[in-house]
Amino acid sequence: MAKYILKRVLRASVTLFIIITILFSLLRLMPIEGYFDNFDKVSSTEIQVKLNSLGLNDPLPKQLGRFYNQLLHGDLGTSNIYRRGVSINTIIAEKIPISVKFGLISFALSLVMGLALGIWMAYSTRTRFKIGDRLGTVLIVVVQAVPAAVYHIVIQFVGSQYAGIPMLFDEARPISYLLPILSLSIGNTAYYAMWLRRYMVDEANKDYVLLARAKGVPSGAISRRHIFRNAMVPLVQYIPGSILSTLMGSLYVESLYSIPGMGGLLVTAIKRQDNTLVQALVLIYAVVSILGLLFGDIMMAVVDPRISLAKKEGSR
Amino acid sequence: MSFFKKSADMLGDKLNEKLAQDLDESAVLNDEALAFSFAEFHPEAAERGGYSNYSYWRATLRAFFRNKTAVFFLCLMAVTLLFTFVQPLLPGQKDPLEVHYGEWGLPLNNVPPNGEFWFGTNSIGQDLWSRIWAGTRTSLFIGFSVAVVEAVLGILAGVLWGYVRKLDFFFTELYNVLDNIPQTLLLILISYIMRPGVSTIIFALSLTGWLGMARFIRNQIIIIRDRDYNLASRCLGVPTRRVIFRNLLPYLVSVITMRMALAIPGAIGSEVFVTYIGIGLPVSIPSLGNLIQTGRSLMQMAVLRYQLIFPVAVLAVITISFYIIGNSFADAADPKNHVN
Repeated sequence: MAKYILKRVLRASVTLFIIITILFSLLRLMPIEGYFDNFDKVSSTEIQVKLNSLGLNDPLPKQLGRFYNQLLHGDLGTSNIYRRGVSINTIIAEKIPISVKFGLISFALSLVMGLALGIWMAYSTRTRFKIGDRLGTVLIVVVQAVPAAVYHIVIQFVGSQYAGIPMLFDEARPISYLLPILSLSIGNTAYYAMWLRRYMVDEANKDYVLLARAKGVPSGAISRRHIFRNAMVPLVQYIPGSILSTLMGSLYVESLYSIPGMGGLLVTAIKRQDNTLVQALVLIYAVVSILGLLFGDIMMAVVDPRISLAKKEGSR
Repeated sequence: MSFFKKSADMLGDKLNEKLAQDLDESAVLNDEALAFSFAEFHPEAAERGGYSNYSYWRATLRAFFRNKTAVFFLCLMAVTLLFTFVQPLLPGQKDPLEVHYGEWGLPLNNVPPNGEFWFGTNSIGQDLWSRIWAGTRTSLFIGFSVAVVEAVLGILAGVLWGYVRKLDFFFTELYNVLDNIPQTLLLILISYIMRPGVSTIIFALSLTGWLGMARFIRNQIIIIRDRDYNLASRCLGVPTRRVIFRNLLPYLVSVITMRMALAIPGAIGSEVFVTYIGIGLPVSIPSLGNLIQTGRSLMQMAVLRYQLIFPVAVLAVITISFYIIGNSFADAADPKNHVN
């Protein structure tokens, strides 16, 4: 087990290194306007002087070396436009707590709602009209098919215009947390419900359930102790992906509701063309997503011991 | 051959004579026998063996058309797609970029839907009806292009990955690295670096979109690569290319179609997303993304809500149709569902 985790961590660090290098090289192509807060007013010599002082005219390997050196010292650079001359570390330290708060609340909410909906749907497949299953399927199809960017707008629209909930986030009013959290969690809710329902229906048709029933185990106990538990094992696999989608969703939702968090910050940085800030945020998001996948794999290994015992993936 | 045929014919004649005799004799015996008559012996008919009239595509289509919801959405999508492309040719349609002026020379902006402007006009006086259909064309073009690139690249990479053992390590490592880059992040980055435009969005989405398809095809090909019929083909000296195109890929057509159908709504949604961030298409190219974005900024005003509701409704119809059709087709293409 420890060996598997160690191997997986090593792999992840190599991947992380490669991806940061790729992204950093791509980011060198950013339009140079984004390094100035007054690009239209400066002469071309001044531009060259500034670019030289930032080290942007150096060959790429040299820039990379310097960047990694800075990174190891925990320095992400300073903002050029968004808040001129302020260290990006300071800016991010202000923004992270609120993003984490929203992320965790909506993750927990989606887990609870998704599992409840999935169980209800699986249960109702055995009732006469399958009402729960039908309603759940409609929700899942709509959420999966309609782009997230659109249903976030619809939620904001309906919530603010017809339910009277404030359209923008306001820290002093707890009710304004409702819409963003709903927006962030609805995608994962549908996702969990869809897979839990499928796995539970699959499990319910297996022989051990029949045996349990024949032995006279009450059906509630069968559902709780056997079907649900076994159906949860493959579901763990989706948790890292859903953390990732919450993260990416927050890019959109945070700026939609003007939540002063990391996601909204990236959108603002892009709109204002602040290159150093964009670079720092893109790299942070890449790191967090790789960590999410890593933890997902480790969790799978914890839940299902067969995985770390398997010799090699992709056998033939 | 002709000798056998002749002798079979002779045997047949003899048998038929014998049958006729038997019939004559038994006919006299009782009336019940009249209810039955002996079949004549035909050498060709005797050669015919039992066969199954199972055809994969017919069974798939039958299973698909049995699903009423899917058929409904197929019709809905067919009508929408047809109309999207026919609309500019219809009489009395307006130019999506033309600004309309009233009799005082003022632009007819924010006119609510009426007989003249069916979906109303936007804030500078352009006809929303024709803008929506022009935008749908742009969005569908993006969706289809991404789906096609994804399919071509994905099949190519997937086949090489699965079939050529030497490349397995290379592709697996490549996949492990690229798959870790969130697509949204790459989309943002590429759109930020390159000039906003239709081709930028297609490029950014195609850059990593083929990974999922490639991996799926690879897994399938590894499963069926060493089946007996492929071994037989290889032993008979069939060229690799023919094995891939005739033995392997037809088996995967249904899945490829499904993934393409699901890639389209995804691409349309990504366009909406980058336009919202401000690095999407310029307003001079109408797309569902910038129509929704414009509508969103006006939703506070109840009278102007139509500018949000119409594009969202069109987008929802298109994406939901593609999603449902893609999934139902995948179900129908699964041979397990062909038995009633």
